[in-house]
Amino acid sequence: MSELAAHGAHAHPPGFAHQFEDMAQQKEAGTLGMWAFLVTEILFFGGMFTAYIIYRSLHLPGFITGSHLLVVKFGAINTAVLICSSLTMALAIRSAQTGKGRGTIIFWLILTMILGATFLGLKFAFEWSKDYAEHIVPGAYFGFQYHPSWGANAPYVQMFMCFYFFMTGLHALHMVVGLGILAVLVGMTAANKFSSQYYTPLEISGLYWHFVDIVWIFLFPLLYLIGGRY
Amino acid sequence: MSDHGEHGPGHIVPVGVYVLVFLALMAGTALTTWIAYINLGPWNTPVALTIAVCKMLLVVLFFMHVKYATGLTRVVIICGFFWLGIMITLSLSDELTRHWELNPAPWNVILPFIHHLF
Repeated sequence: MSELAAHGAHAHPPGFAHQFEDMAQQKEAGTLGMWAFLVTEILFFGGMFTAYIIYRSLHLPGFITGSHLLVVKFGAINTAVLICSSLTMALAIRSAQTGKGRGTIIFWLILTMILGATFLGLKFAFEWSKDYAEHIVPGAYFGFQYHPSWGANAPYVQMFMCFYFFMTGLHALHMVVGLGILAVLVGMTAANKFSSQYYTPLEISGLYWHFVDIVWIFLFPLLYLIGGRY
Repeated sequence: MSDHGEHGPGHIVPVGVYVLVFLALMAGTALTTWIAYINLGPWNTPVALTIAVCKMLLVVLFFMHVKYATGLTRVVIICGFFWLGIMITLSLSDELTRHWELNPAPWNVILPFIHHLF
């Protein structure tokens, strides 16, 4: 704060870092840096998507059989839940941009957290537990022992389930991290860190949250709907 | 882009636009689920992926504010997807142009010699 006082004539808004020309440049630097990170995330998930595409092209019948073991209802509901959470996240940032009070921002952030937790709750409590009960988790007790009709495709059904658990698992891990970030944001908002001039942490955390949403937008059709359901 | 007025450094998207994007995303989810139950032959996956790409563009442009971002940020984002394209295309160009045969694994070739030794 003493640095700010030294400037005297022109007061800077709180949150302004002195290496930047103005708030717009500071915000662009933050956004650009976050996108550089998200590009590495695109390639991180992209590696899994590439492996998925290759093995799907080699073993399509096994992948279709595996896909039909998943419950579309859970995937579709979770997609809707995540889209709702993206809307509430966008509205949290908007309420900071328009100078709404702390209460409004925290309201939208908490709502986003509740929706994110709903997603994870559905995944853990209903979907994955059901997968365990039905022995379609890869491993020693994988269900192909009980499904002779899968025949030669059985190893590739198991391979599909590996992709399913690794991809949705990595996605769920990102959701857990996102919930932690949102909790920090609630604390920062409560401590009056943000204003209509400075809300970069909200903005770039929003980018992360929406990115995780986009990953799920692709996982849903690729895992739950491949080969059709007719 | 950004204005330097009292509104702060970022573009403020009207609530109506957010709600419209949200409704479009929900409609896309319903559409892709519904279409999965219709037999389109080889077209089920391309249609599902097209819907997913449209949903992604809506999220990226409006929720992630890329429609209002600077050219520099946009170039970085496009580079990211371009690199993803390189990874998928070059990997597939190798995988799909190989002549797949059931060759004996190296281990199966070596195994008789090992048995011979002992």
